[in-house]
Parts: sequence; structure tokens; C-alpha cells
Amino acid sequence: MAIATKKTAKILVFSTEKISDPAIDMAGLMKLHYPPTVYTITVPCSSGIKSKWILYAYEKGFDGVFIAADGSDCVYGESCTEKTGKLVTKTHELMKSQEIEPARLRMAAICSVCSESFVKQIRSFNDYLLKTLHPES
Amino acid sequence: MEKRIGVYICHCGGNISDYVDVEKVRQSVENDDNIVLAKTTMFACSDANQKDMVDDINNFNLDGVIVASCSPKLHLVTFRNVTERGNLNKYTYVHSNIREQASWAHSDNKEGATEKAIHLVKSAIAKARHTQPLDPTKIKAEKSVAVIGAGIAGLKAALSLSEKETHVFVIEKEAAVGGWVAKWKDLFLTDETGDAIIKRLYEELKKRQNVTIFLNSEVVGNTGSIGNISLKIKQKEEEFDITVGSVLVATGFEPYKPKEDEFGFASVPNVITLPEFKQLIDHEKNTLTYNGKPVHNIAYIYCVGSRQPEGENTYCSRYCCTATIHAANQVRNKFRDIQNYHFTRGVRSYGKQELLYAESLQGGDIYLQSYEDGLPTVFARNNKPVVRVNDILTGGKELEVEADLVVLVTGMAPRSDNKVGSLFKLPKGRDKFFNEIHMKLRPVETVIDGVTIAGACQGPKTIIETVNSALSAATKAYSNISKGVLETDPQIAKIEAPACIGCSDCLPACPFDAISMARQGGKSIAVINNSLCKGCGMCTPVCPTDAIDLIAYSNVEIMGMIDALV
Repeated sequence: MAIATKKTAKILVFSTEKISDPAIDMAGLMKLHYPPTVYTITVPCSSGIKSKWILYAYEKGFDGVFIAADGSDCVYGESCTEKTGKLVTKTHELMKSQEIEPARLRMAAICSVCSESFVKQIRSFNDYLLKTLHPES
Repeated sequence: MEKRIGVYICHCGGNISDYVDVEKVRQSVENDDNIVLAKTTMFACSDANQKDMVDDINNFNLDGVIVASCSPKLHLVTFRNVTERGNLNKYTYVHSNIREQASWAHSDNKEGATEKAIHLVKSAIAKARHTQPLDPTKIKAEKSVAVIGAGIAGLKAALSLSEKETHVFVIEKEAAVGGWVAKWKDLFLTDETGDAIIKRLYEELKKRQNVTIFLNSEVVGNTGSIGNISLKIKQKEEEFDITVGSVLVATGFEPYKPKEDEFGFASVPNVITLPEFKQLIDHEKNTLTYNGKPVHNIAYIYCVGSRQPEGENTYCSRYCCTATIHAANQVRNKFRDIQNYHFTRGVRSYGKQELLYAESLQGGDIYLQSYEDGLPTVFARNNKPVVRVNDILTGGKELEVEADLVVLVTGMAPRSDNKVGSLFKLPKGRDKFFNEIHMKLRPVETVIDGVTIAGACQGPKTIIETVNSALSAATKAYSNISKGVLETDPQIAKIEAPACIGCSDCLPACPFDAISMARQGGKSIAVINNSLCKGCGMCTPVCPTDAIDLIAYSNVEIMGMIDALV
């Protein structure tokens, strides 16, 4: 078994219990590999994520934060997409004011069967973060 | 008093321990603050381990328990129940997923998987340090269920419910029960016709003392929540209220209606839809005729309104391949000199439905196939429809069939009238059918507590699948109210009154109208209606003073988890 030695970016994923969690679980079930320094915190709905949590993650040392949003599948209603978009915009503004590159926060709608999409997004985000924050790796 | 937490790290046979060094995980957390017990276990969910956990809770005086194992979707409830058997509050239990999100996701990197598992367990510990015993919300439940829609799903659900200790209200918009099935004659796998099945179910239902059937009736109002839902019913010009504990929605589907000129529909002569064709063969006697002319060559174009490359109908309607082959066999057996040509995109006749397909092939039906980028075209020649396709089964050869009749195999579409969905705020999927919470683990429940869905309102289904779904939804609907008292998760929003400045920004953020303003302590503040709050947390980020937290997802818990994950 090959041991991966390449440095990987530290990414915090906010995932939702009913929509994106099943996709992330299924990625594991399908052995779709992504960096092991990607950690998930589950919330009920992506539009309930607070900007202060995201900023706290950067403060503590996370390279990137990824919101695995409910999108139009949100079980709490259609307004989720717009509200999650607003909180991302608001957080981007706060990041700018703290001189944190807004591109370190990404959001994508991850439906309950979007395992491949999740892994693709995370690998791409990891590559971006490594290139911009850890060019030596 | 300091928290006393017990941690159990599961091998899951080898599903976890083949890739994660579970002993290293245990050693990494055993000396953490608040940890009084850290064990590995071969199968955390086994009866033996569950018993050990109950003993440990009592012997070590634990007030918090963590199991690091598979996805919480599988065993969160199992371990919550274990903690209850150990006389602990079940909401002090925290689950950590180190199988799907560590061992399996990183099976290419054992070291990385182990490190990740350590962080995940530490973050669960951080959360467990702040969990509080919570009381589930207890609500009196009316022992009655409303079934909306009296198609085959609604009738079967109502019959099943009527066998239990509950009153059943069946609410049907039309003047008669039965929906689509009542219009159908021959069905596959039974000698009983569709209308006969409906008649039998309806006669049985009418005998039940605990069933009330409202025909020509619609639900036009809905207040309250699970256990006590008040429905306003409009029956012709009269309106009245009923109160139920639970609602089962079985509003069915609509056949897809092709657009003008879609495969020649409404622009080429003798092009009809599958429902129209079924009516035709049911009503025609000795000779099959259409528009006064005999029909011998019939072309069926599959997947009309289903599996479309773009737009809303990208899904497979499931029933139509079988329904078409069944109709084709029926027409060949009932009338003379019939030749069927099936223009498919791959036949999906799964399970016993393969028998129909075999019968069709043996009967001489001809199957042609194309991909989505080479769909058949329909045009008129000599006032007859002609279907042309590049058939992939003959190496892409261009073939034409001059047909007497073209049948567009139209799929199921969601109802265009979404009054019921809007009324109950039922979420819809990308296909615009009602969405269940989880297609495998909670297949008939919706996010709206007490509202279950059954049949084709949830997505295309055959009659067999519809009945299975109806029986499942009936059982779930009854389980909601069977005790007369309900317990719901108390993971709802909580407003810290002193921090609230009364700006009311949170009111429009709530999609369930669970927040209102009230006078308290001499000022106007936002208050949560616990029975309406669904715990989505949409109100929490909009508060300018951060006065709102979601129970179990509070700042201290989430930020503690972030600390542990870095």
C-alpha cells in the first residue's frame, strides 16, 4: 500500500446532515480518495453557518474552508441557496477586511449523491491552496 | 462537576482497523481532559458491546459517551438508545464517523487515515464536553391521520391505517376515488383490472367505521405542527376544519404532455400518447382503428418526457418501458395483423417485467435503439406518420418505419398544481417531485415533521412500488401518533434574550414563521416558537449581535471542534 507523503492543504468542510453528508459518506464508501487533511463538521443546513466560525478556522490555521451547500435540494426550503450565497458574500467581505484571500473560501452545491463532484471540488481546492499558500510543497 | 466521557473506537471487523490504527487512536485520546474511559471494540454495534457500554456508564459514572465508528446515519439512534439504557440523557451522546470519512476515504494512506481519525475523535470529545442533557419536546398527538389523495396509494394507505387505533380522513379532489389506476383495464402480473382493484379497495374502505371520505374536496389551509395539525377543507362551496396528528400526502403524478411537434405530436397525423393508446385498445373491439382507418403497424417512441438530456425531465419514469411492452403484447393478442416497432433508448424492464419483454420478442416485436444524440424523427408521408432512426443495434443503419399509428411513450411528471406542496412547505427535488429525507434510510418521511409522502408524488413508480411506499408511509404516519404523545428532538434555535436588540432581522430568515417579536423585560425581543422551529439554523448568521445559537450547534461546540481539528 503506497503511503502518500505529499503535503496536503488543511481544509475544513461544513457539510449538511441530510444532503451533503450522505455524498461525503458515499465518497468514502466508493473509495474515492481525497486528502486526509480534509475535515468535516456537520450542520443541519448550509445557510446556518456563521461567518465567525469560518474566520475562526483561518485564525486557528486552516488553509481553506469549503461549504458543501445544500443547493436546491435543501430539505428546509428553496431559500437556502440564496441565503448561503449571501453568507458567503458577507464572509468574503470580512475576509478582505482581515487581509485573508477570499478564494480560500469556496462553496459548491453538493447533493446527496454528488460524491464524485465533492471529491473533484476538494482535490481542485487542495491544489489551489497548495499552489498559493504552500508553493514549496 | 467535570464531564466524565467514555470513548469507544470500533474496528468494524476490519472495515476501520484495516486502514486506521485504532489502538493509536485510543492512546491519542485516553489522556485527554474529561476522558475516563477509552476502549477499542471489534463491533461497537454488537449486543455484547452495547451491554458493556451500559455497564461502563454505570460503573464509571459516565455522563458523556462517544462512539467512533460508521456513519451516524446507520447507528446514531442505536447508540443514543444505549446511553438511555445506561440512564444517561441520549442527547449527551456524540457520534464520530471514522469509517466513511476516514478509513474508507483514505484507504490509500493509512498514516493519513489514522491521523484524521484521531482529529475526528478529538473533535467529538470537544463537542461532548459541552453537550447538555436535553428533554425531548413532548407534544400531545391527535390519534387521527389525513390521507390527501385517493389514488391507489391513498386508498392502500388509508386501509392500512384503518386497521390501527386511529381515525382516517381521506381527502380527494375529484368526484371519484382511484386516480389513474381506476382508468386502466389490464395490468401486468394480475388478472384483475385496474378499475376492479380500485372498486374492491373502495368498497372495503367504506365499511370501516373509523374512515371518513371527503370527495370533491381540497385542503386549502394548514396550521399547527406534528401531533396537532388543523386542516381547512373546502368541499365544493363549503369549508370546514379537521384536526389530525399526522398527514400522508399521496397526490400522485400527471402524464407528461408532449410539446407541439415533439416527435410529431399535434403536427403529424396519427401521433398519440401512451395513455391515449391504452384507452384506445381498451375500448376498441374486433378491429383496431384510429381516425376510422385500420391500424396494423404501430411505432412506439420511448422516453418521451423522460431521460431528456436537458431540462427538468432528466429522470427515468421507470414504469413506461413495462407499460408499453405490456400494451404492445395486449394489442397483438387482442387484434389481428399487428406489427409492433419499439424505438427505445435501452429497455428497462427489470425483475419479473423481463417476462413481458421475452413475450414481446417471442411475439415478433422489433426493437430498435438510439442514443440521446440520435433520437428518432417523426414526419408525415402520404398522410401517414413515418419514424426514422439510425439504429445502433444494426451498426447505425438508417431505418424507416411507415406506421399507421405512432405512440409516444410519455413518462410521469410531477403535478403542475402544487397547492398541497406549497401548503405544507414540502421540499421538492430537482425532478420537482416531493423529496424524502433520505432515499434509503428514511424514504417516506419529509423534513416536515408528521408529513409523510407515498406513491408517485415522490417520483415515478409502478403500482407495486406505489403500494409498497403507501404501506410504509401509513406505518410511519401511525408511528408518529400511536402513543398519543410525541417526542421531538430539542435541537432548535435559542435566543439569548439580553443580547437581542429587537432588530427583527431573524424573522424573515425563518422559512417556517417560527420567530416572532414579543415584549420581555421592558423591551421588544425575538422569541422562538419551539413547536414550529425545525432547527435549520437559517436565523443564526443574520443576527447582528450573535444572540442566536442552535442547540447542539452552538458557537462553543463548533469552535471547540475547530480547535480539535487543526
